[in-house]
Amino acid sequence: MAWRIKKAWLLTLIICLIPLLWLFIDVALNNLGSNPIQALHIRLGDWSLRFLCLTLAITPIQTIMRWRGMADYRQLFGMYAFFYATLHLLVYLLVDHNLEWSLIGTDIIESPYIWFGLLAYIIVFLLGITSSKLAKKWLGKTWKKLHRFIYIAAGAAVIHYFWQLKGNLAEPLLYVITLFLLLGFRMLIWATNLKLNKMMLPKGRK
Amino acid sequence: MIIKTQKEIPSSEITDLTVFKARRRFIKTVLASVVGATMPVWADNNKSRTLLPNNALVPTPIELVKNYTNYYEFTLNKEDSTKLAQNFVTDPWSLEISGEVEKAGIYHLEDILRQQTLEERIYRFRCVEAWSMVVPWMGFSLGNILKMAKPLSTAQFVKFTAIYQPETMPNQRNNVMLQWPYVEGLRIDEAMHPLTMLAVGMYGDTLPKQNGAPLRLVVPWKYGFKSIKAIVKIELLKKAPITTWNKSAPNEYGFYANVNPAVTHPRWSQNSERQLGSGFFTARRQTELFNGYSEQVADLYRDMDLRHFF
Repeated sequence: MAWRIKKAWLLTLIICLIPLLWLFIDVALNNLGSNPIQALHIRLGDWSLRFLCLTLAITPIQTIMRWRGMADYRQLFGMYAFFYATLHLLVYLLVDHNLEWSLIGTDIIESPYIWFGLLAYIIVFLLGITSSKLAKKWLGKTWKKLHRFIYIAAGAAVIHYFWQLKGNLAEPLLYVITLFLLLGFRMLIWATNLKLNKMMLPKGRK
Repeated sequence: MIIKTQKEIPSSEITDLTVFKARRRFIKTVLASVVGATMPVWADNNKSRTLLPNNALVPTPIELVKNYTNYYEFTLNKEDSTKLAQNFVTDPWSLEISGEVEKAGIYHLEDILRQQTLEERIYRFRCVEAWSMVVPWMGFSLGNILKMAKPLSTAQFVKFTAIYQPETMPNQRNNVMLQWPYVEGLRIDEAMHPLTMLAVGMYGDTLPKQNGAPLRLVVPWKYGFKSIKAIVKIELLKKAPITTWNKSAPNEYGFYANVNPAVTHPRWSQNSERQLGSGFFTARRQTELFNGYSEQVADLYRDMDLRHFF
């Protein structure tokens, strides 16, 4: 049984690399359209956001299925969100700006939508480097508090996406709805727990 | 019961096929003669033959220009308009010129072309979304036909209206995003400026439908959204017209929309641009004031606060 779970996890690890492979193929075949740099950049950002959503989806899935065996997957998806976000950032710096720091500096200072992207990345970076079991043990209670920042990262990432667009808002809207549902589910659980706790308090005492 | 969803076209209005073909041929011939004369300018980038400043620009590969168009009447996706625009009917085409002019009228496009000498002009085209390309347009100065209509002294602004053809334009049919038809405008001195052109072709051929066929505006020192496609009406007005993007988001898209790296869009920088056709690991290009046409147009905006009139 344990081996089978391990195998499923390994398979997932490999499957999560398919978007990258697919992107390599598209670059090699010149399949990215008239503005391939932007297409590459957007695709990596998209995948980072998708993995962020997947990471956030694990807890609701576990709650609904009354099963607690998916923590490893949550970590895996979280690390992939970090991985694709890092590539997204590297493409921006290297492929799009060829490390011309004066252009990069002005672009960041003058583009509010990038501030949100940066905020999201800093959070995902901190969560990524503290993702290991060792770090979890070492940070103790702080770990949980720190990793709650994933909600802020997800929100900032969606704003980052929304704010740079002129026209097509359909896709970012999809992420807004997904995040809304994922966060809504948590609020619901939180509210229910609060009510249960209140009911369990002995009467006449506050 | 027969439910008619569309008004029937009376047979008298259906163009005879031979006439239709003759029109096409005519436009093609006119274009061909121009290309014959000016082709070397961009074919071998012969700088000694420059007609206008900036002709040393090297055109972006045509395939990129043809497949990256903001044509919101069809789709919000720049790469889907190529296919979607193919049902769009551009022939026959007439243009109305009216408003504060002595000689208002409705003209067939081929009659207009008969009176114009087409020129090829290679301009940089800078989109407000911070990308740019270099396009060899074929056309003539807008001023030529405005002068033909004899503007009155009261004419201060020019309003351009694009076609309203909801039966072939899905986003007009479904009222998506903007208010249709698309409207743009220029101040009269901007409209009369020799750089401002009406284009009917590019790369030595008629305009592809997705690039604004059969007649579009090109104002090279302004962001691309000013260069309205598929124009059916030009009106000279006393007051500034309300333009489409300006109406949709007044704090983001101004009436002037002059390319200016120092004036940021509220959400993104305009300091640099991605040039279509440039390779991976090449830095973006530093955007120039008035898209590099300062020498020719800066005078139009003397004493104006470009931050306020953005």
